[in-house]
Amino acid sequence: MGLDRYTRGTFLREIALILVAIVYCLPFYLMFAIALESTEQTYRAPLALPSPPQLGNFAEAWHTGGQSGLPPAFVSSAIITVSSVVGLIVLGSLCAYTIARRAGRLSNVVFALVVIGIILPFQLAVIPLFVAMLHLGLVGNYLGFIVLNIGLLMPLTVFLYTGFIRALPRDYEEAARVDGAGIVRIFARVVFPLLRPITATVAVFIGISIWNEFFVARIFLSGSRHETITVALYAFSGENLARWNLLFAGLAITIAPILLFYLFAQRHLIRGFTAGVKG
Amino acid sequence: MTPAPARSRRRRLTQVPWLLAVPGLIAVVAFHYAPVTVGGYFAFTDWNGIGGASWIGLDNFRTIFSDPTARGALLHSLELAICFVVAVNAIGLALALALNRAVKTRNFLRLVFFTPVVMSPLAIAFIWRWIFDYGGALNRVLSTVGLDSWKRAWTGDPKTALASILVVMIWQFSGLAMVLFLAGLQGISDDIYEATLVDGASGWLRLRKVVLPLLAPALTVSATLTLITGLRVFDQVLALTDAGPAGASATLATEIYEQTFFELRYGYGAALALILTLLITAIALGQIVVLRRNEQRL
Repeated sequence: MGLDRYTRGTFLREIALILVAIVYCLPFYLMFAIALESTEQTYRAPLALPSPPQLGNFAEAWHTGGQSGLPPAFVSSAIITVSSVVGLIVLGSLCAYTIARRAGRLSNVVFALVVIGIILPFQLAVIPLFVAMLHLGLVGNYLGFIVLNIGLLMPLTVFLYTGFIRALPRDYEEAARVDGAGIVRIFARVVFPLLRPITATVAVFIGISIWNEFFVARIFLSGSRHETITVALYAFSGENLARWNLLFAGLAITIAPILLFYLFAQRHLIRGFTAGVKG
Repeated sequence: MTPAPARSRRRRLTQVPWLLAVPGLIAVVAFHYAPVTVGGYFAFTDWNGIGGASWIGLDNFRTIFSDPTARGALLHSLELAICFVVAVNAIGLALALALNRAVKTRNFLRLVFFTPVVMSPLAIAFIWRWIFDYGGALNRVLSTVGLDSWKRAWTGDPKTALASILVVMIWQFSGLAMVLFLAGLQGISDDIYEATLVDGASGWLRLRKVVLPLLAPALTVSATLTLITGLRVFDQVLALTDAGPAGASATLATEIYEQTFFELRYGYGAALALILTLLITAIALGQIVVLRRNEQRL
């Protein structure tokens, strides 16, 4: 009762928080402001509002960013992200379903191995993987990079699904089983639809991780025709460190879609990040 | 205890075959356990990507600990990770406690503070590179308030390069710690909270004796996650300082990248990566064990 009373103290706390939030947002303001400034203004008065706004910066960044403009990099990132996420959802949910529904020591051991897989950093694994995939012709192309993403993010996907499925009642599956349906059919028709909330979380959370990833993308795709957004941005920055307005226009173009996406899918994103707290 | 026959038949009925898990498990083994094992073997060889690899025992590790750049990279990663974990969790906790109750704009503010978390660390770091640039926002603000003597190229000065990376990481990930703590606070029931109010416990006492202990699970997750993030930092370093000047802000991840994929010293790079792997695994597992034990004691 008394907890949620709005006191003078609460009001002051709220004002302080709003001020902190405004300061917190300044880097985003600077990015959009400078992206709209003329090169001359970025040296003379960069903190002021852009006058007049130079929308041409965006067009120039759009056409000159990366190897052949930003559009191919967007296409690459989209193809890679969507394919990897679909693969992860299909294979990861099946794997998690088995782990969650099998009781016993083996299931616990397998789950522990999956969790340790999340902790193991990519940095060591990526060296032999690079050598092996180079020999198999899987470096610098979509197929190889999608398979790589599926492999690297499988532990996290299985972990997220397993926690959810363990809390899911078995009644529906058992009813379907009694009716004589096969296990694959039960999974596809009965279980998977029930997983919709966690599937949305996985899609959004893993999707964002892949979209933003740089370390592995740089190693496997740098210099190829399939560079992702982050790899293209890095190359772009190398050429434009003296022209901040152009670089920031490029940044704004690549950040804006994620920003919009975040506003619509924030619930799922935050749930993805916090899934471990309750698990 | 033997289960009743009806129950055991029921269990057999619902048994899911392991076959369904096989593709996912193959992925886990093929992309984590197998390459980590092979990489661990590389770490004790002089392999350079061509021809055979010969076993050289601990030579790579001796080189690492006698080479100032590699030793620096290890030290910088540890410094960054420790400062990052402390700062990010302190700020995150403060924000979560401040936002937890009664504040009218709490959902909006939570959205704002969490926004940087979902952005590409690389893109974020480029914005900050300009803020720290000699002609950038920070120096301009310092000029305005009369602190011209403080002006410097923040990312290009060996004394401040590492600290500027730290600032960017704290800015980006405080919202993550905040959200984890908010999730933990939701688990604290109003009854417990109100009971402490009735008892007349002071704010500080309430925080220390009631809220913080109940937040231990959230702290476990948050500390582990942020520590791993801190130890692996790569994107921000490349975008802000390029590990410079002269290696003053190199981290394990940038040194692994440089040695393996530029210098093509696969064995040496693997040795560096093995150190990173052991550090992260040991700390993460140790942290989970210690904090879990504390949780049980409370």
